Amino acid sequence: MLIEALLVATLLAAGVVAFAPDRYAGKLAAALSLLPLVGSLWLWLDFEGSGNALLDGGEIAYETTIEWMDIGYTLQWHVGLDGVSLPLVVLTTILTTAAIVSAWTPIDERESQFYGLVLLLEFGLLGVFAALDFFLWFVFWEVVLVPMYFLIAIWGGPRRKYAAIKFFVYTNVASLIMFVGFLTLVFAMGDSVTTLGLPEVAQALQAGGAVGSIAGFAPETVKLFAFALMFFGFAVKVPIVPVHTWLPDAHVEAPTPVSVLLAGVLLKMGTYALLRFNFTMLPDVATDYAEIIAAIAVISVIYGAMLALAQQDLKRIVAYSSISSMGYVILGLVAYTTYGIGGATFQMISHGFISGLMFMVVGVIYNETHTRMVGDMSGMADRMPWTVGIFVAAAFGYMGLPLMSGFAAEVFVFLGSFDAPYLSAAPLFTAAAMFGIVIVAGYLLWAMQRTLFGEFDLGTDYEVGRAPLHDVAPLAVLLACVIVLGVNPDLFMGMIQDAIDPIVDSLGGGV
Amino acid sequence: MDPFVNLPDWTALAPMLAFAATALALFLLDSIEPESDSLSLTVLTGAGLVGSLAAVVLSGWFLAEGVSVELFDSAYVVDEMSLFFTALFGSVTALVVLGSHDYIADEPYQAEYYSLVFLAATGMAMVASANSLAAAFVAVELVSLPSYALVAYLKHNRGSVEAGLKYFLVGALSSAIFIYGISLVYGATGVMRFDLIAEAIATDALTGGPGILGLGILMVIGGIAFKTAAVPFHFWAPEAYEGAPAPIAGFLSSASKAAGFVLAFRAFTVAFPLEAVSGTFDWTLAFLILSIVTMTLGNFAAATQEKVKRMLAYSSIGHAGYVLMALAAFSGTGTEGLLAGVSNDSLVLGAGMLHLLVYGFMNTGAFLFVALAEYWGVGRRFEDYNGLWRDAPIASVAMTVFLFSLAGLPVGAGFLSKYVLFMGVIGAGLWWLVVIALINSALSLYYYSRLVKALWIETPETPREIDSYPTGIYAAVVGAAVVTVLLLPGFGIVAEEAIAAVGALL
Repeated sequence: MLIEALLVATLLAAGVVAFAPDRYAGKLAAALSLLPLVGSLWLWLDFEGSGNALLDGGEIAYETTIEWMDIGYTLQWHVGLDGVSLPLVVLTTILTTAAIVSAWTPIDERESQFYGLVLLLEFGLLGVFAALDFFLWFVFWEVVLVPMYFLIAIWGGPRRKYAAIKFFVYTNVASLIMFVGFLTLVFAMGDSVTTLGLPEVAQALQAGGAVGSIAGFAPETVKLFAFALMFFGFAVKVPIVPVHTWLPDAHVEAPTPVSVLLAGVLLKMGTYALLRFNFTMLPDVATDYAEIIAAIAVISVIYGAMLALAQQDLKRIVAYSSISSMGYVILGLVAYTTYGIGGATFQMISHGFISGLMFMVVGVIYNETHTRMVGDMSGMADRMPWTVGIFVAAAFGYMGLPLMSGFAAEVFVFLGSFDAPYLSAAPLFTAAAMFGIVIVAGYLLWAMQRTLFGEFDLGTDYEVGRAPLHDVAPLAVLLACVIVLGVNPDLFMGMIQDAIDPIVDSLGGGV
Repeated sequence: MDPFVNLPDWTALAPMLAFAATALALFLLDSIEPESDSLSLTVLTGAGLVGSLAAVVLSGWFLAEGVSVELFDSAYVVDEMSLFFTALFGSVTALVVLGSHDYIADEPYQAEYYSLVFLAATGMAMVASANSLAAAFVAVELVSLPSYALVAYLKHNRGSVEAGLKYFLVGALSSAIFIYGISLVYGATGVMRFDLIAEAIATDALTGGPGILGLGILMVIGGIAFKTAAVPFHFWAPEAYEGAPAPIAGFLSSASKAAGFVLAFRAFTVAFPLEAVSGTFDWTLAFLILSIVTMTLGNFAAATQEKVKRMLAYSSIGHAGYVLMALAAFSGTGTEGLLAGVSNDSLVLGAGMLHLLVYGFMNTGAFLFVALAEYWGVGRRFEDYNGLWRDAPIASVAMTVFLFSLAGLPVGAGFLSKYVLFMGVIGAGLWWLVVIALINSALSLYYYSRLVKALWIETPETPREIDSYPTGIYAAVVGAAVVTVLLLPGFGIVAEEAIAAVGALL
């Protein structure tokens, strides 16, 4: 019942904070967010799971199954963690606490509501990663949208309302399409599944499919149809080109702490779901169309990086670079090797910390300078050396410098995709994706050179001094996470591989 | 021991009699003390609450005991279906009574208002139990006549009176069509009772030929379309809801609509079973067209409204379209659909009932929130609701729950009821109909979130002065929100009841 305790604590914290006076809300939210944070770290230290939560064999950690209702299909309260979901839970709790602390400076109105919604968001995210029943999972998946909508629409920038509505409608439509895709798959399986539990569906599919025809379509077509609908639904969330257009708007308009969670965790919902649904349940479809998926991934990597290169706004640069980083995740997933999928999962965690860190740094600089435009500032290193130092370190992490988590993640992805057994011309795709790193280094170094170094100059007339300690502290914590994971990837890599191997084995592939 | 063994059959009428007795008791109270003051208003509300909750409790109890009784030469049946809907009507009536307490505090003729509500509720309970076209017609009229008066209750308000008149005129026309349809069916079959009609059709004992019967069925559909505010008999709804007192708008758009649907469910499964009439008149096609047109028109019109109440009115037409999918997806064959062990027909009709139940809470709640705004004189446009959370944070949270639940987000049970319905429709092979419904659903998120945006995100154009907080409306709004949320985890229990009720009917 530990996961339940974690969820209840987060939900209660959200309720308490929402009704607290504004003056205390920020501090109270930070204090209460330590409950899920400490709880998740405890779950991590105490973790004794093995195998993949969806596939046969192995042991799901902290599992609870309670029958919820029976409408022909049994719906359950079924939660549990394996090596894929646990690191994401830890990522969520660390980033939430960091985001709450980083919100103390920029958020100065309706604070109790803001922090209450952030904790509600955390509740939804934890639920998404812990749920093992489709309906339950979908409830959490959609619950995430509600606080996000408010967080962007109330506390965002000048075009916040447009961005919030776009985010809301875009991702909700995607959810509905994905929902239809999954149900199509389950319905086509007829009597071979009696619940909407993800493990049951995955195992029934693995045991020989039993996907029948539906509405006159052949089983193969039904599977492809279901795969495509789910892929589309999740791709919007990830997001990958060409369904990425909601992301820059949402990111630029969202307040910094919300951007941190959006980039750090929300995008991972998409890649996590792709891994759980498309790549675990329907590996044969994924491998049949591996070239197309890999091409989409490589286009996302290159195109996202090119878009970032063209931006003048620091926040937009970071936002577009996420599209590029998520492309690596897709490439790793479609590789179907332990390194590939493991690297993709590790990249989810790594990118969560690094992009969260980058958004936070940009936010801290903005707090002091009130501008994010590359052309408006230069020589920030003079005035805020600590912040700038962390900026540089985070950027190096993004570029994949060794001993940072980004390096480990990308190396694993490339190693995996180079040998991808089901992907023809795998080295070619890998090489093309690796070129993305060059562009990443290009735009980050160029942006840093123009904004951080040289003579101090600021287009606006704000006094720029060192950022307060509570702004810098979360940056330091996240940077520490990036470095620790870079130096010792095995903190997560072991359990990730443990959970990945059954997926690779199910295809008889692997390295 | 079965506690019902020794009770006479007529006691099965108890839930309906609870409504009727309350209506009469309110008349009596009024004649004892016609000059109302605040004390008597409290007494009236209290009596109303007792009456409506008694109906809920009685029907819930009977439902749990599995009561199934036929009365008056089988013209009237009390079965799981009718009890389920009577519980629904009782719940909505309780919310409306509670919400009206403050809303009509300054209006005259309060006792009449409440007793009209209860007369209409009595009619609804009768509709749910009617097993003959004659009984159904009488019951529908008993719902309609008090409703006309209730819509026009705000006598000094031109909008209200106009709305009442319009509602009355359309209603009279629809009644005429309905009863003409009934007479044609009677002419063709020679009987009124649902089961006998089915028998007559099945044995080809038609006296007037199949064409007469088909026309009759089409006209009966017309009468039902009026009650459920389905296209093309929908155009009274926005006007009537706009002009009516807001609690009455909630009452009409959820309870009265549900009454129309229960009649449709019973009439078309018992009296005009598909396998018997399919040669004459394939009514699933009619409902399919009705459903598509109704949901599309309702949702598109709702998206273009400038006034909140009209938006809710059109969205309520859209929801009627969703429930009509249940009849469109009905096959009459009893084949197992996507769900093992449950016939797809039970699933879709059960899902339609569930959606009506959840809708009863979330939609009534939404209209009661509008009642709260009207009580404060906030105004009718979206802009007038700007920043209302500052004055009513808890009610705004409740309203947000209603709106997101109506849009199909899983903050409330509206999500589950909608998707169980979609599952049933996919099970019937009408996946493209679900695609249309999903597009509509996505559109509805746009206009519902527009009101959420006004409540929480926009800043008020002009400062508001709100100093009184009406207990009754608040209690009703919060209560409806709590039930809407609790139905999400508790969905399994009502889902089983609903599917079992349909199973018993078929």
